[in-house]
Amino acid sequence: MKYSYFPGCSLKATGRAYEESFLSLCKALDMEMEELENWNCCGATSFMSVEMGAAYALTIRNLAIAEKAGLDMVAPCGGCYGILLKADHYYKKYPTVHESAVKSLKTEGLEYKGTVRVRHPLDVLASDLPPRALRSKVKKPLKGLKVACYYGCRFVRPIAPFDDMHNPETMDLLLKTVGARIVDYTMKGKCCGGAMSGAMPNVAQEMTYLILRAAERAEADVVATACPLCQFNLEAYQDEIRAAHPDLKPIPVVYFTQLLGVALGLDATATALNRQIVPVEPILREKGILADEKKQPATAGV
Amino acid sequence: MDDKTIGNGSEEVRIGFFICHCGSNIAGTIDVEAVADYVRTLPNVVVSSDYKYTCSVAGQDMIVEDILKYKLNRVVVAACSPLLHEKTFRAATQRGGINPFFFHMVNIREHGSWVHQDRALATQKAMDMARGAIARVKFHKALEKRREPVRQSVLVVGGGIAGIHAALTMANAGKKVYLVEREPTIGGHMAMFDKTFPTLDCAACILTPKMSEVGSHPNIVLWSYSEVTEIKGYVGNYDVTVKRKPRYIKEDLCVGCLDCIDHCVFKTGNTDDEFNQNLSKRKPVYIPFAQAVPRLVAIDPAACTHLNGGKCEQSCATACDRQAIDFEQKETFEHIGVGAVIVATGFKPFDAHRKPLYGYGRFPDVYTALEVERLVCSSGPTGGDVVLKDGSKPKSVGIIHCVGSRDHQTNRWCSRVCCMYSLKLAHLLKEHTDAEIYNFYIDIRTPGKGYEEFYERLQEEGNHFIRGRVGDITDVPIIPEEEGRMIVRVEDSLAGFVRRIPVDMVVLATGLEPREDASEIRRRFNISCSSEGFFLERHPKLAPVSTTTDGVFLAGCCQGPKDIPDTVAQAGAAAAESLVLLDVGYVEMEPMTAFVTEKYCSGCKTCLPLCPFSAISRDEEKGVAVINPVLCKGCGTCVAACPSGAITQNLFEDRQIFAEIEELLVHA
Ligand SMILES: Cc1cc2nc3c(=O)[nH]c(=O)nc-3n(C[C@H](O)[C@H](O)[C@H](O)COP(=O)(O)OP(=O)(O)OC[C@H]3O[C@@H](n4cnc5c(N)ncnc54)[C@H](O)[C@@H]3O)c2cc1C
Ligand code: SF4
Ligand code: SF4
Repeated sequence: MKYSYFPGCSLKATGRAYEESFLSLCKALDMEMEELENWNCCGATSFMSVEMGAAYALTIRNLAIAEKAGLDMVAPCGGCYGILLKADHYYKKYPTVHESAVKSLKTEGLEYKGTVRVRHPLDVLASDLPPRALRSKVKKPLKGLKVACYYGCRFVRPIAPFDDMHNPETMDLLLKTVGARIVDYTMKGKCCGGAMSGAMPNVAQEMTYLILRAAERAEADVVATACPLCQFNLEAYQDEIRAAHPDLKPIPVVYFTQLLGVALGLDATATALNRQIVPVEPILREKGILADEKKQPATAGV
Repeated sequence: MDDKTIGNGSEEVRIGFFICHCGSNIAGTIDVEAVADYVRTLPNVVVSSDYKYTCSVAGQDMIVEDILKYKLNRVVVAACSPLLHEKTFRAATQRGGINPFFFHMVNIREHGSWVHQDRALATQKAMDMARGAIARVKFHKALEKRREPVRQSVLVVGGGIAGIHAALTMANAGKKVYLVEREPTIGGHMAMFDKTFPTLDCAACILTPKMSEVGSHPNIVLWSYSEVTEIKGYVGNYDVTVKRKPRYIKEDLCVGCLDCIDHCVFKTGNTDDEFNQNLSKRKPVYIPFAQAVPRLVAIDPAACTHLNGGKCEQSCATACDRQAIDFEQKETFEHIGVGAVIVATGFKPFDAHRKPLYGYGRFPDVYTALEVERLVCSSGPTGGDVVLKDGSKPKSVGIIHCVGSRDHQTNRWCSRVCCMYSLKLAHLLKEHTDAEIYNFYIDIRTPGKGYEEFYERLQEEGNHFIRGRVGDITDVPIIPEEEGRMIVRVEDSLAGFVRRIPVDMVVLATGLEPREDASEIRRRFNISCSSEGFFLERHPKLAPVSTTTDGVFLAGCCQGPKDIPDTVAQAGAAAAESLVLLDVGYVEMEPMTAFVTEKYCSGCKTCLPLCPFSAISRDEEKGVAVINPVLCKGCGTCVAACPSGAITQNLFEDRQIFAEIEELLVHA
């Protein structure tokens, strides 16, 4: 199984833990991820609403490069995934928008014919692996670990090619397969605050707070995410939120790929657990999933 | 060309041509005098004149007089669309003493003056079209309309208030009515309501007398728990097959004493009671509700131990001292003939699961409106006590309007009754619980007699109205008052900010949709439906209860969402239209049908499956195709398909069409 891999900017920066854990997971599962050559910014979430033509050209360029490669294009970031799907949709629905981008593509000898299938890691892992491939590789089942799967909005709305728009379940199923207990709560598809965390932090943090609190009330040990922005919003602002809501307890927020890696017995570098702000190892040790080795460095490095 | 077959024989063809000004509608763009002058020069044209309004009485008289004066045997009128006045001019032709099918009409308005601006070119086109018509009309033949008698009975499909009202109207007019209802009882949705807006009269009190009248009317045959499986034939003469599902009760013996229900081995209900919207349980032997018509029990094969192959002492059967219970009953089929059909199959409420943000099925105290209708009803699952799933009374209730309606993700139409029934439920809930009631609406739509006044009354009663489409319902509280409750999140578009309103009960005003089997029913009765799936009337304004199939009429919500007053009015109209058909006593069939010339037919059967009206069969003895002129609608499909050229269609014969085309193309 071979794919084109589109990391987007986040996975090279704040979301490094996602990239590291995802790529090592793929390696362990014999899925080849070939980074797209000379990719550029995906166009981000709001650019399209501000300047449609330029944003579209930016996005479609990545699709054109992927089309040349001829493989399914995997975009782990929710933002990238959403905007790539959107551009492909625009290509198919609004030819005039595409016409405006044809010229800029041509300067590089590129064109787009609408044949690229944009995929999310959740989709690929859930649908492309042979049955039991994941289960048979489990070395450290996540027994007793209560996980709140948090999906956010971007890869199920407005286009949801592989999961339910309002009640997504793919992550639940994957983590269940490796032994985790999935807690039931009602916030898993709600918005994390997105880019508002920069523009209007008080609004965004209120949104984040409700998600974390719902997870906490559902007695989750950890929140699992599938998007670098969700992960960042949910984890990085916990101290600030606590200033307004002192009842909020610290709760680790990890990528689902990190948890899958742990279950497959991958080492600490591969799972990138040391990159967490709210440490997750203590819980994993407490549950007996990670061995109680004092040797492991406890410092958070970047 | 065989000249002998022209017209009535060898007589000379004498054509009169009349061109209409239509005020300035035609004359404004087309030089009608020039066209008349030109046509006068064409062969066989005896008279050619123009007139300001040819369709007026004076215009028609002119045609009649000219026929007599000039001994005309053909008439061509160049005017508007044949849809409007073909009938008028055919009648005038007939009054002049010649067969009306020697008339032909040229549409120079919709196909001419209204779509062209260049006067010279439009005039030229009118001349060309007239020349084509002159050439074609020579080959017209005398044709006769056939008359078929109409059976004096009607089939009504669906026993909601629409079907009930239509059936009673027909029956009271002395016609035989077959009312076929799918469920064990008639009554439809209305039977489930406690009260009806805006008068708040008790639904049962106004409905059940009509239901019993249906049950006892000498002219009505009521087949409940039954379905129409096949319908053949044509207007005035439909052959219908009705499947009667086994209810495991001998209808002629059961007196509805309900002893069997008391004695069923299940002491309490073991299966969901669909009449109560699954808010309670019922036994396998049951009657949907106390005033059900017919008052007959039914045994549900899915819930009955014995019918599931299990061991049961069958105490119901022993308890029945009339030996009415019959576990051996099989489905049976009835075959009837009727003159007309009224389709009144009603609607289905929108499935609230399709709006997951509103938490139906996720939060226990989110209800659909129909569930609340049952909750507030004194014969409902709680005896009229409005209690939540945990047994407590709600202190605050949110009613969300337009669930599934006016929504591009689900149904785009307005369901018309939800605002009003929401107001009704708001009133009833307040009466039952004294809770704070919040209505969340996009617009309040109250067009109806006494409806706006009812809305005002609700405002005066202290109900809250918040304008805004609810975003979602959450169980994650922020403040202590929200703890353990559902929080309605909504942008209050009048106040201009987002609100969170904690409530104990949510009512979803789900919209009205076509039934799941609507497209199947549509095909069975050969009617059309609009894009959203409701059955389509022949004309939205001028033929609101007719369909494109003659003799099949529509009543009630199967045609579109509407309230009970409109449903009843429409049912009355459908009955009246059926009565016209039955009372005239015969149907006239247009003669533009196709027929097979036997000597040319090779019997290849190409045409058989192509006819959309199943009008073609095969005469096995002669090995040729036969077209039933009564079923043929003159679509021409078979004519075009026949590889042997064996099929001809009246008024569209090859020589008529080719003569017209040849002349039309002379200029090109
Ligand atoms: C919650 C709610 C509250 C309402 N409250 C009011 C109110 O207070 N006042 C008011 O004026 N209106 C009210 N309405 C609207 C009202 O329900 C309709 O106007 C009315 O029920 C329409 O009647 P109907 O006979 O067309 O359809 P239905 O009531 O749906 O009846 C159709 C009947 O046909 C039967 N049927 C269906 N398919 C077949 C088939 N293939 N073969 C045989 N039988 C079939 C069904 O079993 C049913 O008995 C309300 C609607 C809702 C949803
Ligand atoms: S089946 Fe017998 S016992 Fe049951 S209601 Fe009918 S008559 Fe009564
Ligand atoms: S297609 Fe023509 S030849 Fe064949 S069966 Fe029909 S009428 Fe006869």
